[in-house]
Amino acid sequence: MAIPIEYNVRSAVARWPSTLVAVLSIAGTVAVFVVMLAMAQGFQATLVSGGSPENAIVLRGGAESEMMSALTLDQARVLAGAPGVARSAAGDPLASNEVVVIGAFALAATGSDANVQIRGVSPLALDVRPNVRIAGGRFFQPGLTELVVGRNVPSTYTGFSLGSTVEFGGGSWTIVGVFDAGGSSFDSEIWCDATVLNQIFKRPENIFQSVTVRLESPESLGAFKDAATSDPRLAVDVFRETTYYEEQSRTVSTIIRVLGFIVAAVMAVGAVFAALNTMYAAVSARSAEIATLKALGFGPASVVASFVGESIVVALAGGVVGSLAALPFNGFTSGTMNWSSFSYLAFSFRVTPAIVASGLVFSIVMGIVGGLPPAVRAARLPIVVALREL
Amino acid sequence: MVRVDGKGTESLVEIRSLDKKYRRGGEEIDVLRGLNLDVDQGEFIAFMGPSGSGKTTLLNLIGGLDVPTAGTIRVAGDEIGALSGRKLAAWRARHIGFIFQMYNLIPVLTAFQNVQLPLLLTGLSKSDRREHVEAALELVGLTDRMHHYPRQLSGGQEQRVAIARAIVADPTILLCDEPTGDLDRASGDEILAIISRLSREFRKTIFLVTHDPVAAERAGTLLHLDKGTLLECAADGRVACKPEDRKR
Ligand SMILES: Nc1ncnc2c1ncn2[C@@H]1O[C@H](COP(=O)(O)OP(=O)(O)O)[C@@H](O)[C@H]1O
Ligand SMILES: [Mg+2]
Repeated sequence: MAIPIEYNVRSAVARWPSTLVAVLSIAGTVAVFVVMLAMAQGFQATLVSGGSPENAIVLRGGAESEMMSALTLDQARVLAGAPGVARSAAGDPLASNEVVVIGAFALAATGSDANVQIRGVSPLALDVRPNVRIAGGRFFQPGLTELVVGRNVPSTYTGFSLGSTVEFGGGSWTIVGVFDAGGSSFDSEIWCDATVLNQIFKRPENIFQSVTVRLESPESLGAFKDAATSDPRLAVDVFRETTYYEEQSRTVSTIIRVLGFIVAAVMAVGAVFAALNTMYAAVSARSAEIATLKALGFGPASVVASFVGESIVVALAGGVVGSLAALPFNGFTSGTMNWSSFSYLAFSFRVTPAIVASGLVFSIVMGIVGGLPPAVRAARLPIVVALREL
Repeated sequence: MVRVDGKGTESLVEIRSLDKKYRRGGEEIDVLRGLNLDVDQGEFIAFMGPSGSGKTTLLNLIGGLDVPTAGTIRVAGDEIGALSGRKLAAWRARHIGFIFQMYNLIPVLTAFQNVQLPLLLTGLSKSDRREHVEAALELVGLTDRMHHYPRQLSGGQEQRVAIARAIVADPTILLCDEPTGDLDRASGDEILAIISRLSREFRKTIFLVTHDPVAAERAGTLLHLDKGTLLECAADGRVACKPEDRKR
C-alpha cells in the first residue's frame, strides 16, 4: 500500500499560502479554458439549433453557403414538386425560396454598426420551420414592406421595436412582428417577403439563394436528394438543415476553440510553474519527512506517487475552483460575427458537464506535469543527508 | 555473541573490512576504516564514541540508508550493498526499525497514523493493522494518545510513538541513534526502560548509539568507536573502556 494521500492533503493544507498560489493559478487557467470552450459550444449550439432534421436546404452546386448560391424560380418550382416534400393542408408544397442580404444597424449597446442578416422568405416560411413562432405582433403580409424580427433584434439594435419603421435598401419597412426561434441563429435575423426584398434591393427578380423544404419525414431526405441531384434541370447540392448549420458553425467554433487552447496553453505554462514551485518548496521543506518515510521502507515509486498525488490534489482543487468560477458564464449572452454569413450573431455560453470534465482533466494534467519533477527529486533525495538536516 | 575481530560465523549481522569515506570540498574524511563486527540475534549493543566518530554513519550503513565505500555488510544473510532502490526499501521495511534522536514523526499524521505507516507496506488488512498499532502503542503506554498529533505530545511521548512505529512491523533489528539525546533524564529513562524491555522480553537485536554512560549500561555489550574501528570495552560489557566516557 502507498503512502496515504491524507498525508499529502494535510501537508498541502498545512502550508496553505504556497498551496493557494498554485490553486489560484491553476483555477485561473481552468476558468479561461472552460469559458472559451463554453463560448465555442454556445456558438455552435446556437447555429445548429436553427436547423431541423426534417428540413433540407438546397444550394447551387458547389456553393458553400447561401451567400455564394443562386437558384432560379423555375428551379425552385422543380424542387418544391420533388418527391419527399411535405405539403400544407391546402396541398401547397412546404418550400421557402429565400434571399439573404446584409444590413448594417447600430448596436444598442455601443452605437456602432453591426451586420444583420436580412432574410427574404416565402409566406409559408413558418410552416417550413415549425420551430419558429410569432411571439408578438403578426407575420408579414406578402407583397408589403413589412418585417418580422428575431427576438434578439429589438434589444440588440436601436429602432427595431415592434411597430417602428426603419429605412434600408431604399425602402421604408414596418416591424409588424417578433418571432421566437428557440435560441437559434434565426433569433438574430430579420425576415421579410423574399419577392419584396428582391424588388427593393433591385436584385434580379426570381433569383433566390436557397430553397428550404419541409420533408414528409426525416427519412424522406434520401428520396428528395436523389430526385434533386439527378434532375438535369438542376445542378444543386442538398443538405439536411442540421448538417448544413453544423458545417456553417464549424469554422467559427474551431477558431474560438483554438484561440481558447492557445490562451489556456500560455496560462498553463504559468500555472505549471506555480505548481512546480509549490511542489519543489514542499519537497525541500519536507526533506526530513521524506527521508523518514524512505527509512521506514517506502520505495522510490511510492515517494514519486505520493508527491505527484499531492500535486494532483492541489491542481484538482484549482480545477474545481476554476470550473466554479466559470459556471456563472453559463447562459451568459454575447454576440460575435458569424463568419460564414458575415453577420452579427447573439448566442449564449454553454458550460456543459463535458466541458467541466475536460477542465478538470486539464487541471490534472497540469498537476502531473508540475508535480513530476519535484516528486522525482524527492525520490532521489539522499536519505542520510536529509536526515541530518533535522 | 558480539565480536569485533572479524572472526565470527553465521552471525545475524556480519560486517567485514568496512570503509566509509566522505568527500567534502577537496578533502577526504575517513570515517570508518576496516571495521569488523559480528552480532548474533538478540544482542543489545551500545555504541559510544566522541562526536563525529562515525556512530550515526555506522547505523545508517547497517540500516541500508547509506552505502559503504568498501567492505561488506550482511544482515540476515542479505548482502545489502547488492540491493538498491525498491529492493533495498523493501528489505529495510522487513528488517529494520529506526529510532532517531529527533523522533522524526510525520507532523500532519496522528500517533496512530504514524505508527501504522510501516504496516502499509505489508499485506495486512485494516483490522489487523489496527490491532498491531494498538498493541505497539499499548507497549509504549500511549493508548490514550492514539489520536493526538505529534505537536500535542511531549518529547518523551513523541519518542515513545517513534518506538511503537519502529517495532510495529516486528523488524529483525532496531537501530537507535541517541534516542534520549533530546530528552530530560526522566523521559530518557522511560525510553531506555522500553528499549531494555524490547531486548529482554522480545529478544530484539538492538543497536543503541548514545553519549550517556547510564544508557550504555543497559546494553549487554558496549563498543567504543574510535579512529574508524570498534573496540570492545570489557568482556562482560559492564565496564566502559575509558573512564572519561563514564563521567561525561
Ligand atoms: N554526508 C556527509 N558528507 C560529508 N561528511 C559527512 C557526511 N555525513 C557525515 N559526515 C562526517 O562524517 C563524520 C562522522 O559523522 P557521524 O557519523 O554523524 O558521527 P557521530 O554520529 O559519531 O557524531 C563527521 O566528521 C561528519 O562530519
Ligand atoms: Mg550522530
